[in-house]
Amino acid sequence: MTASQRATTLVDLDDALARYQPVMGLEVHIELNTASKMFCGCSTIFGADPNTQVCPVCLGLPGSLPVVNSTAVESAIRIGLALNCQIAAWCRFARKNYFYPDMPKNFQTSQYDEPIAYDGWTEVEVPTAEGVETFRIEIERAHMEEDTGKSLHVGGATGRIHGADHSLVDYNRAGIPLIEIVTKTIEVPGDKAAAVARAYVSHLRDLIGGLGVSDVRMDQGSLRCDVNLSLKPLGSDELGTRSETKNVNSFRSVERAATYEIRRHAAILDAGEKVVQETRHFHESDGSTSSGREKSDADDYRYFPEPDLAPIAPSRDW
Amino acid sequence: MTDLIRATASELSRRLTAREVSSVELTQAHVDRIASVDGEIHAFLHVDAEGALATARDIDTRRAAGEELHPLAGVPVAVKDVITTKGVPTTAGSRILEGWVPPYDATVTQRLKAAGLPILGKTNMDEFAMGSSTEHSGYGPTRNPWDTGRIPGGSGGGSAAAVAAFEAPLAVGTDTGGSIRQPGAMTGTVGVKPTYGGVSRYGLIALASSLDQAGPVTRSVLDAALLHEVIAGHDPCDSTSIDQPVPPVVEAALRADVDGLRIGVVREIGEGFQPDVSTRFDESLALLEGAGAEIVEVSCPSFVHALAAYYLILPSEASSNLAKFDAMRYGLRVAPNGVDDPSAEQVMAASRDAGFGDEVKRRIILGTYALSSGYYDAYYGSAQKVRTLIAQDFEAAFEQVDVLASPTSPTTAFPFGDKLDDPLSMYAQDVATIPANLAGVPGLSLPSGLASDGLPTGFQLLAPATADDRLYNAGSALERLLEEQWGGTILAQAPELEAVR
Repeated sequence: MTASQRATTLVDLDDALARYQPVMGLEVHIELNTASKMFCGCSTIFGADPNTQVCPVCLGLPGSLPVVNSTAVESAIRIGLALNCQIAAWCRFARKNYFYPDMPKNFQTSQYDEPIAYDGWTEVEVPTAEGVETFRIEIERAHMEEDTGKSLHVGGATGRIHGADHSLVDYNRAGIPLIEIVTKTIEVPGDKAAAVARAYVSHLRDLIGGLGVSDVRMDQGSLRCDVNLSLKPLGSDELGTRSETKNVNSFRSVERAATYEIRRHAAILDAGEKVVQETRHFHESDGSTSSGREKSDADDYRYFPEPDLAPIAPSRDW
Repeated sequence: MTDLIRATASELSRRLTAREVSSVELTQAHVDRIASVDGEIHAFLHVDAEGALATARDIDTRRAAGEELHPLAGVPVAVKDVITTKGVPTTAGSRILEGWVPPYDATVTQRLKAAGLPILGKTNMDEFAMGSSTEHSGYGPTRNPWDTGRIPGGSGGGSAAAVAAFEAPLAVGTDTGGSIRQPGAMTGTVGVKPTYGGVSRYGLIALASSLDQAGPVTRSVLDAALLHEVIAGHDPCDSTSIDQPVPPVVEAALRADVDGLRIGVVREIGEGFQPDVSTRFDESLALLEGAGAEIVEVSCPSFVHALAAYYLILPSEASSNLAKFDAMRYGLRVAPNGVDDPSAEQVMAASRDAGFGDEVKRRIILGTYALSSGYYDAYYGSAQKVRTLIAQDFEAAFEQVDVLASPTSPTTAFPFGDKLDDPLSMYAQDVATIPANLAGVPGLSLPSGLASDGLPTGFQLLAPATADDRLYNAGSALERLLEEQWGGTILAQAPELEAVR
C-alpha cells in the first residue's frame, strides 16, 4: 500500500464546511515564453536533449555572471498591469539561498522584499447554482525569478526521490524566466472555495495567455499552482495552520486538491490534533495528498540583494 | 639574455616593435626563469609553456608580416588562478577545484589574448582570495623573493612574487580588500585596483561580488597603465561593469606631473603602523611636496569601522558565492566515510569539508550566520549602511583634495606562520586598503623604499571613482622621484635569487 493509499481520515465536505471556514493562498508560477533564459542567452525551447541548452551562466560555473533579459522584465510588467498591480519604480533581485542539486548556484536569483509588481486584484467568475458569481481576488505580489533544472530520479518505485537509486539532472530548464504571482488570503464562502481556486488559475491562464507572454500550459509546466490552505472555525478570526500542496498539474486538480485538504484538515482539527505545517504532494490518481520530503532547514533562505545585478527602474512612461 | 627578464614591459614592447628580440625568445627566457627559480618561490600553480610559446610564435609571424599589433603584443603575462582560462586548469588556490579545466575564458583572459600577450601560467593565491599572505593556498605558500622565509602578501602573492622575481614582466591579479595592493607593497612591485566596474568580473571566480576587481601587477607604473588599458572597459556579460570609456591612464602615467596636485593624508589610517613604514611614507610625501603637490590632512571618521563592515559583507557574499561548490557538476567529489548510498546532501557536505581550507570554512560560517534570519539587520544590513558612510567620507574628502595617500600596509613582509593563529591580526593587514573596495574607488600601490629590515614598503594612492588616471599621474611622478633618489629601481636592490638545479 503506498502512502497515498493508506487510509487518511477525511470528513465529509459539507460537514467540514458547516463548521470550518477555508482560507486559501494561491501561488502561481508562470514560465515566460521568451526566446532566451532569464539571465543568459540560452534557448528556452521545450523538449531538447538534456543539457544541450546550457552555458556557464545557467550551469553556475565558477566565474559566471547573470545579465537580465529585458523582455522578461517587460513581460513581468505586463502581467503586473493586467493584474492591476502597482509597478515598482525601483526594485532589485535577491538571492534565495538553499542547497539542491537542480539549482546550479545553490541560490535562486529571485526577488524578496522588492517585487516588481504588488497590490493588485483580479476578478474571477465561477459558475454556481445561482448563475455566474464574481469574486475579487486580491494580489499580494508578482515577481521575477529563474527556474531550476529538472531532476529525474531513477530506480525507485514511484519515480520520486523516495527509494530512488540515483538522480539525473537536466539543466535545460535552469534559468528559464518565471513570474511568481501570490494572492493575498482568499476567504470566500466555503462551498465555493475549491471552485474559486480553480477558476482563479483558469482565469490567469486566459488573462496571461492573452498577453502572449507565456504558453500557460499546466500540462507542460508553463503554468504551475501551489495551493496553500488552512481552516478556521466558522466565526473565528484566528487563522489555522496551513499546508502547501504542490504537483497540482491541471485546473481540475486545483479544485480536487483544495477539496481534499479541507476534508483532511477538518478531520485533524475534529480529533483535537494540530495540522502539521508542511509541503504536500498531490496525487492525480486518487485526488489525495501526501506528506512531502521533510525540509527542515528550508525556511531560512538568507535573502540578500543580488550584488551582480543592477536595480530595475522602469520609467513610468515605458 | 638575462637582461630580457629584468626589463619593464614598456621597454620590451619597444624592443619587440624594433625587432630587436622576438616574442618567442622573450617568452622562452621567462619560461626558463620560471624553471630556474619557481621551485623555491612557488609563484605558479600551473605553467603553460606550450600555450605561451604558441601565442608568441603567432605574434612573431604576424609582426613579420607587417600587421599592426597592440603595444603589448608578445609581452608575456601571468594570470592569478582565480581567473578562468579556457583549457588551462583553474583552481582559485583551492583543492575543491583541483583539476578543473574551465570551458570558457574570462573576459580579462579574452582581452589579453586579443591583444596578443602570451599567458605564461596561473599564479598562486590564498584560497578563493581569502587571505593576506598566500599561506591559505590549498597548494602551499608562495615565498617572497626579498626573503624566502617571509610571505609575499595576499591573496595575490603569486602574481606579485612572479613579477618581483622576474618570472613575468606583467601579471593580472584581483583585489577585494587589498589583494593586489598589499602584495605589491610586500614585494616592491606596483599593483592597481581599478574603479569597481572598470574591469569585467565575468570569469573571475567570485569572492565578494560587490568588492572584487581585477587589475595590473607590474614593476612600473607605466607598465600597469598599459596593462590596465588592455583589460579594462565595458563588458555586456558583467552587469556591474561601467559603460564609459576607460580613463586615460597611459597618458596620465606619461604626464607624471603633480604641480598643484592636492594630496589628502587620511588621519584615520596609519596609527600603530610599523615605524619605518610610516617614515618611508612621510619621505615620499615630502618628495611630492617638493615637486609642487600640496599636502592636506583630511578626516574620514567612518574608516575606523571599515574593517568590521568588510568582514561582515565579504563573508556574507562569499557564503553565497561558494555555495556552488557542491560536487554535483564539477570539482572535488568525496563520499562520506562509512555511509552506504549517500544522499546528494551528504556528498555535498563531505566534499566541501574535504575541499575547503580552514579560512574558507571560517568565512562561510561567519557569512551564513550574518545573513541568517533575525541577524540580517544587525550584521549585513548594518555593514552596508556603514559602507554608505565610508563612500560619503570619500566624497567629502575628494571635495577638498584630488587624491588620497596612505602607507599601503601596516607592516613589511612578516615571517611564515606569524599571523596564522590569529585571524584578526591577519585581517588587520588590510586596514588601509579595504576602504577603497567598500566605496568602489580605485587605488594604486607603488614601492616607496625599504624599511630598516631591508624589506619593501608601499605607498598607496586613492582617487574618486572613474578617476583612475589620477593614480597613474601621481604614482608615476613619485616613482620617478624615488628612482632618481635610489639611482635605479627598487627591485635592483633585491637579493639575487639562486637558480634551483
